[in-house]
Amino acid sequence: MSKAMVLVGTRKGLFILESDGDRRDWNVRGPYCEGWPIYHAVHDAETGAIYAAAASEWHGASVWRSNDLGETWEQSSEGLSYDDGTQKLSKVSGLTVAHGRILAGAENAGIFESRDGAKTWSVLSTLEGMPGRENWNDPANQPPGHLGLPAVLPHPDDASRFWAVVQGIGIFETTDDGKSFTPRNKGLRADWPLEDPTVGYCVHKLVMSPVDNQRLYQQNHVGMHRSDDMGNQWVEITEGLPTEFGFAAAAHPHDRDTFYVIPLDPGHGRTMPDGKAAVWRTRDAGSTWQRLDRGLPQQDAHLGVLREGMAIDREDTPGLYFGTSTGQVFASTDEGDSWDEIASYLPAISSVEVTVTA
Amino acid sequence: MVDLHLPGTLPPLFVDLPRRLDVEGATVLEAIDRLEERWPGLRDRLCEAGPSLRPHIHVYVDGERAGLDTELGGARRIDVIAAISGG
Repeated sequence: MSKAMVLVGTRKGLFILESDGDRRDWNVRGPYCEGWPIYHAVHDAETGAIYAAAASEWHGASVWRSNDLGETWEQSSEGLSYDDGTQKLSKVSGLTVAHGRILAGAENAGIFESRDGAKTWSVLSTLEGMPGRENWNDPANQPPGHLGLPAVLPHPDDASRFWAVVQGIGIFETTDDGKSFTPRNKGLRADWPLEDPTVGYCVHKLVMSPVDNQRLYQQNHVGMHRSDDMGNQWVEITEGLPTEFGFAAAAHPHDRDTFYVIPLDPGHGRTMPDGKAAVWRTRDAGSTWQRLDRGLPQQDAHLGVLREGMAIDREDTPGLYFGTSTGQVFASTDEGDSWDEIASYLPAISSVEVTVTA
Repeated sequence: MVDLHLPGTLPPLFVDLPRRLDVEGATVLEAIDRLEERWPGLRDRLCEAGPSLRPHIHVYVDGERAGLDTELGGARRIDVIAAISGG
């Protein structure tokens, strides 16, 4: 019988939600990782390992690993530091498992690599030479909750090619495994002055269609955007959504034109507009949008969802999952048409990832 | 030998690490390095690049606030405290 597992990273440790393949009834396990704040947790489908990026206020940043689906855990930060000691590493913001290795995005901005299952790490790149790079780690440029380099999007077939998201700066593509990068922000909007038009964009979440690798989507600080050429050119697809702001996004696993976002109030509250929870879906690559709210609270529901807070599985009828800043996890097994609350009282949620195994 | 007391948040991170043990070393940093030899990774939980003590880790030698370079000659007790903070 197949098994579904949702990894929920929270401010107070990692939780694991489990169900059989029908994804209807869920059990909650945890907290794991000694209650450390978890920024992102992922499952390695090749090895079965779970990795969780964490940063304790007292004991610093580390990556936890479990090879038995969460029963036992170890942590290591060996190599998770910048060589000259002048740059601090406050947190590992995002993890990516691809091509037999783990890539970790960090704050201060940099990418680390592990090839031994998160036991040891080494710096892969700090994107030196990119426009304005010398100012990225200036505290004046780092807002509260700064994540540095929160995400790496891998190319599914080419291990040396990936896209790095630098918070408040934009997307950078490498085709030589991090030796060099090129800004990929053409066509994005910035509602603030830019010294250099190639950088200075606030990309919150970058996803790729699994069925058409040319097709990328992003939720930006100012608008949703789509690219049909792997990020070389972006077009805005915000029209029809209630706000241009949000963090989370998910691409449908079987349809290149279907994409999900969770619009939020763009002010500092950053919760769902009017206290009514909804996910929004396009089935035509952003030309039109549908509000999906059946089963979601429609009164006094001031829910926030962060950039790693939504995930989609790859079942024939894919399931969607999102976790909120108030500790609820909602799931849909009909592509977002209807929703159930599958966990209600977790700590504030930073990340949600899902895997369904045979 | 100095009587070292560790915060309760550390033993769950390392196999067989006790809350209290005897250590040797000329300075606080050397004492931490002795622990690092037996429990690799422990130094990184107490110190950040520099090295310096992590901001919310405080060390006291015989009741006096100490730093990594505090000398231990004749000291009897080290307390490593995870600051009372957070929520």
